[in-house]
Amino acid sequence: MSLARVLVPVKRTVDYAVKIRVKPDNTGVETKNVKMSTNPFDEIAVEEAVKLKEKGLVKEVVAVTIGPKDAAEILRKLMAVGVDRSIHIETDEDLQPLAVAKVLKKVVEKENSDLVLLGKQAIDDDSCQTGQLLGGLLNWPQASFASEVNVEGGKAIVKREIDGGLETVSVQLPAVISADLRLNTPRYAKLKDIMAARKMTIDTSSLADWGVDTTPRFDVVSVQDPPTRAGGVKVESVQELVQKLKNDGVL
Amino acid sequence: MNVTRVLSQSSKAFRGRVTRPYSTSPLTTLTEDEVLIQQAVQKFSREVIAPKVSEMDKKGIMCPDLIKQCFEQGYMGIEVSDELGGAGLKFMSAIITIEELARIDPSVSVLVDVQNTLVGIPLRKWGNKAQQEKWFPRLCTDTVGSFCLSEWTSGSDAFALKTTAKRDGKNFVLNGSKAWITNSGEAGFFIVFANIDHSLGYKGITAFLVDGSNPGIRVGKREDKLGIRSSSTCEVILDNCVVSEEDVLGEVGKGYKYAIEVLNEGRIGIAAQMLGLAQGALDATMPYIIQRQQFGKSIASFQGVQFDYAQIATEIQAARLLVYNATRLQEAGLPFVKEAAMAKLFTSNIAANAASKCVEMLGGVGFTKEFPVEKFYRDSKIGQIYEGTSNIQLQTIAGFVKKDYE
Repeated sequence: MSLARVLVPVKRTVDYAVKIRVKPDNTGVETKNVKMSTNPFDEIAVEEAVKLKEKGLVKEVVAVTIGPKDAAEILRKLMAVGVDRSIHIETDEDLQPLAVAKVLKKVVEKENSDLVLLGKQAIDDDSCQTGQLLGGLLNWPQASFASEVNVEGGKAIVKREIDGGLETVSVQLPAVISADLRLNTPRYAKLKDIMAARKMTIDTSSLADWGVDTTPRFDVVSVQDPPTRAGGVKVESVQELVQKLKNDGVL
Repeated sequence: MNVTRVLSQSSKAFRGRVTRPYSTSPLTTLTEDEVLIQQAVQKFSREVIAPKVSEMDKKGIMCPDLIKQCFEQGYMGIEVSDELGGAGLKFMSAIITIEELARIDPSVSVLVDVQNTLVGIPLRKWGNKAQQEKWFPRLCTDTVGSFCLSEWTSGSDAFALKTTAKRDGKNFVLNGSKAWITNSGEAGFFIVFANIDHSLGYKGITAFLVDGSNPGIRVGKREDKLGIRSSSTCEVILDNCVVSEEDVLGEVGKGYKYAIEVLNEGRIGIAAQMLGLAQGALDATMPYIIQRQQFGKSIASFQGVQFDYAQIATEIQAARLLVYNATRLQEAGLPFVKEAAMAKLFTSNIAANAASKCVEMLGGVGFTKEFPVEKFYRDSKIGQIYEGTSNIQLQTIAGFVKKDYE
């Protein structure tokens, strides 16, 4: 069975190299005038999808993003590294993972996708839920934290990074796979391809068009900086160390 | 002194200014395409080049894999047409690429700069169809090129070159040796300037296209330099190097003209390299001096230090305007030679100052190889020397200024 379409959901997040600042009112992270990029784990997912296409296991790589008007930038950059078509669902709302998964389910159904490859989590909220929720909603098998993906005979053989080491699972397609850091190293867009991607069209629609209930299910009460690290204490001998541990009630 | 007369004469300076539909966009405005290119080169530089810079500088060798990637990314033929394997973009795209590369490594930047300007420009302007079709595809995919003009005894006095080209039927035989040739260590293609008849003076100078596989050309001694160490700067020796008349670039005897024109345009590229260098030095310095504290406050909050980085930032901004304006003039087909010389002169000077001041502001760590700024300091010196020394730039500018008032 030859795969037809891979869907790669991608998110526009604050660039990984930017020094994050919490908003003064503690409602979230400052994103105004801050450099934004594709979520690094999603870039890895795109790279894997493109690799599958190059191996002849997939006919078309489709990327989809749900976000404000500016989110189209990341689609342009991804089309320069091998994404064939992209879908932009415009909204200024900040969607939570369940809402995103519900919208993606509709996209999967419309696109008749055979495989969803996405980053394991977004580096802004680190929810690590969307892929798994999507799998559940679609009633598809899923393989998360993939560090290696092989596709053969209608199955995906995925090596997963787990606490104890590596676990190999086999999932029947269609399936949802979430990409982890060591899955691959994304390629860099060549100048020519960047220019070619500029001319490609993006299928744009508004969130309302998809008829999904995106009401938030939880409230973010406050966002704070982590506590400043207190200095450590040096001890001169093992006896002193034991004494200190006893004093702190650890021993 | 008749004031009216002086004033009316000075208005001559404004004569001959072409008036075109003007734009009120800031000089630092880039098109959407240019922004995408800038971001892409920035990403590549920070992620792929940055980790290798220190080792390449120490060894004085550019990583061959990195050169290969520069070709793959399309940096080596930015203005070359699509059909011939290039990216088909305009000058500003090349300038932005050179600048962004220099922010991380001025050595890689000069490799790309020479390939696009000193090698690309002459072939594009004076190469015939056969020559372009033979060379551009290679120059865009895997062959590094170099521009062989200077010799041991002729730097600024370029046209006193001694390399000879003796006619031999349908061929020319080249003999001589070139010095200080950038990219020559990796080059497979050489544009060599030689004189077909010294009695003609500079009017005998002719440009020849030489294939690296020609048995009569070889790369000699590699210079061990103060800065841009991983950029190869070598001797190129012509030893009874036989080339055919098909390998003459443009017309015989017009080589001097081509050299001047190429260098006039190419120096905007060097200006862009120096601009990137200055910016890179500041980029590497500010975060450190903001977080480092002495006497209970951040180094960046001491007034003396503030004055230093404010000055550097202002000079970088001024330099950027000079470089971008010279570039836009070239793109618009307007005269740019004076502005190009000004850009190179000014930018190389402020870059040297910026790098020097940045080492100082960083303090002790700035003096060690742990930080990239000491390399920027060493790299910056060449800006005032190659592709026309600062004094040559001043002379060029003086010539134009005087002409404006005559």
